[in-house]
Amino acid sequence: MIYVVFAVLLWVSGWMLNVRLANGPHAQSRSIQLLVPAIFGLTILLIWELIVRGLSVPLVILPPPSMIAGRFAGSLPILWQDFVQTFVKGALSGYVIGCAAAFILAIVVDRFDFLRRGLLPVGNFMAALPIVGTAPILVMWFGFDWQSKAAVVVVMVFFPVLVNTVAGLRDTSDMQRDLMRTYGASYSQTLMKLRLPAAMPFIFNGLKIATTLALVGAIVAEFFGSPTRGMGFRISTSVGQLALDMVWAEIVVAALAGSFFYGAIALFERGVTFWHPSQRK
Amino acid sequence: MPIVCATGCGRGIKTMFKRSALPVLTVLGVIIALWYAACVPMNSAWTAQQLARSGATMTVTETVGAAWSQDRPRLPAPHQVAVELWDTVVMKKITSKRSLVYHGWITLSATLLGFAIGTSLGILLAVGIVHSRAMDMSVMPWAIVSQTIPIIAIAPMIIVVLYSIGVQGMIPKAIISAYLSFFPVVVGMAKGLRSPDAMQLDLLRTYYASDAQGFWKLRLPASMPYLFASLKIAVAASLVGAIVGELPTGAVRGLGARLLAGSYYGQTVQIWSALFAAAILAACLVAIIGLIEKVALRRMGMRQ
Repeated sequence: MIYVVFAVLLWVSGWMLNVRLANGPHAQSRSIQLLVPAIFGLTILLIWELIVRGLSVPLVILPPPSMIAGRFAGSLPILWQDFVQTFVKGALSGYVIGCAAAFILAIVVDRFDFLRRGLLPVGNFMAALPIVGTAPILVMWFGFDWQSKAAVVVVMVFFPVLVNTVAGLRDTSDMQRDLMRTYGASYSQTLMKLRLPAAMPFIFNGLKIATTLALVGAIVAEFFGSPTRGMGFRISTSVGQLALDMVWAEIVVAALAGSFFYGAIALFERGVTFWHPSQRK
Repeated sequence: MPIVCATGCGRGIKTMFKRSALPVLTVLGVIIALWYAACVPMNSAWTAQQLARSGATMTVTETVGAAWSQDRPRLPAPHQVAVELWDTVVMKKITSKRSLVYHGWITLSATLLGFAIGTSLGILLAVGIVHSRAMDMSVMPWAIVSQTIPIIAIAPMIIVVLYSIGVQGMIPKAIISAYLSFFPVVVGMAKGLRSPDAMQLDLLRTYYASDAQGFWKLRLPASMPYLFASLKIAVAASLVGAIVGELPTGAVRGLGARLLAGSYYGQTVQIWSALFAAAILAACLVAIIGLIEKVALRRMGMRQ
């Protein structure tokens, strides 16, 4: 019981510290802006630990964070193997293929107005559908290994990237296009020097949405059958064995992979679209 | 996009047909044609095997016909899926275990419950975020980071944990749905509640409006377009959540269960029809939100 009291005290003091920091004179400084969410996250973790221990919550319901960290550190080889299988082989290869295909199709679609009018509503419609549902079909076609996961990822990332790229390619004003015409620029010159750079913020928006979808697709596809490794496989079998610390360790891996993947694309975006108002300091 | 009617509105419908319906129908037609074409190489391996066994031969047209009418094809032809959909949606009694309406309702009820929970919690949290700086700085970064995480990975765990404490059926799926619809609503709604500009806020201050009045008369109405945009994302995510929530426990009811059962027993036509049912359901849900959005924004005097 003392643990629970301690948890409540910790929550109150952590919250008061954050209120003070957020309303303090240096609230706009970068260090405070990082510190406040860090304190919040740390408080949640500590309270989780204290509550689980204090109320002696059964391990099959919620393991404490210290146990998850222990399991994470203790099974690094398995986690790494699963990471390679699901993320590098499944999600990443599917992401590259899907985004490249969508990008190329977007350029073709943009060239022919008829295609754009026809494909864009269809693409918008498809982007809202539960495409993860194609996973059982693709697993049936491409087998249990990473190829089928990559195929699911291709289908999942394709439509958001397509729709965003087509929208981006239309984001130049008449004035800008007229200027290129007065320069006597050819279609490819206009594309390379004006329309593609102008489309970059949109394209990266699609690419960033696709990062999460890629991981979701690769993990969910493994629920329909996989070799005896992979994050989705490990999650579903560990849940069956009630080894929840292992499930949480995999979730930590998925969270880290997802955030870093997104962060890498965002960093890449900053390099490419340094001129855009949203990137300026 | 405002369409200005400058050249006389009599031709409106005809030009609209030419501008959007004709290209869309063409694209759909091409997709269906490609689908039929793809059935032949995908399914003819099985036919060839049967022929080799019996020693008979087949003409090309017979091979194509066989590819389009197999019982368990690798890729069912569009008409097979359409027939299966018609059979399981319209012809079966809706209480029958083989009716897609029955399975769809199981999934839809979990989706709607989860969507309602997730949306209300999301709106509440967004209101808190806008009104408390500490909450904003503590929670908002985590809400944004959590969108980059494949949240669906925890779906199996939620199902099993809730099962072990005796909760099963609709509630666990609804919780996954709620979880998936929660974050888009928080982020969208917080953005919307902040959308009034300094001039509008100043005007209210000169009226000596209280915080509560500012919220009800300015911030909340101004946030509606943002709210509806995120509701459309959230409802689609809820449906995905409910479907995925049916996978790990081997549920026997619901669209996700139909997908799973179909993949166990190689019933491809069943998988495809469940998939199309899910797609139609998602499209209807998004369309309903879009309709409410249109009516609400028009009544509020905001033109889309």
